[in-house]
Amino acid sequence: MVGAAGRSPYRGVVLIIDSATYDAIVAHARRDHPDEACGVVAGPAGSDRPERFIPMLNAAMSPTFYEFDSGDLLRLYKEMDSRDEEPVVIYHSHTATEAYPSRTDINLAGEPGAHYVLVSTRDGANSPSHDGPVEFRSYRIIDGEVAEEEVRVVEKYEELEGEN
Amino acid sequence: MAIELRVPTILRTYTGGEKAVSGAGATLAEFIDDVNGAHPGLKERIVEGQPEELRRFVNVYVNDEDVRFTGGLATGVKDGDVVVVLPAVAGG
Repeated sequence: MVGAAGRSPYRGVVLIIDSATYDAIVAHARRDHPDEACGVVAGPAGSDRPERFIPMLNAAMSPTFYEFDSGDLLRLYKEMDSRDEEPVVIYHSHTATEAYPSRTDINLAGEPGAHYVLVSTRDGANSPSHDGPVEFRSYRIIDGEVAEEEVRVVEKYEELEGEN
Repeated sequence: MAIELRVPTILRTYTGGEKAVSGAGATLAEFIDDVNGAHPGLKERIVEGQPEELRRFVNVYVNDEDVRFTGGLATGVKDGDVVVVLPAVAGG
């Protein structure tokens, strides 16, 4: 079984995400505003490719905190394990502040291989149509260190073939 | 026969990269102590304080049951059990 970090030439430099998944994350953040939305995009272990969008319930149901329910968390990890997947993206929204990891986000970040996506709905979700601008940014959070990375939205992952 | 511990990615630095290690004990606390003997440092990532308790943002399951509902560190364990540790996915 693989799963070692570093197989993708882009790991830690850029998040490459298809537009359907990007849109689904943003839609989830808008829908749950003013509470924080959260979820995972799983992908084949070692691929660094976010393929399977899994919105999660924010058990904290809070505008300032998120936490996966412990039973949901176990089911999620068992399912990913059985499919040889890993959490490529872990996302959540900030509903009143910028899309930058909070101190709590940094302290609790437990997946050094994941892209931590932050979406801010502070400017966009209060309009009656819920279609204002949102921020969508991605980070690595390892041992308390935050490194922002480029987000590249593609129509399909196949477009990348031949780039290497 | 032994008790198996499934180790999350972030704690595999303590197990030489192993995804699962095994140990013995009659309670979760004893089991964690036993495993920590072979993999020093693991325990303090799961347990904190005096008296010891589970860290707030670490979830531990024995045979798929969250131990917070079964007695915490005093939860009984036996050969053949599977203990899963997962860091909470949480933030602010």
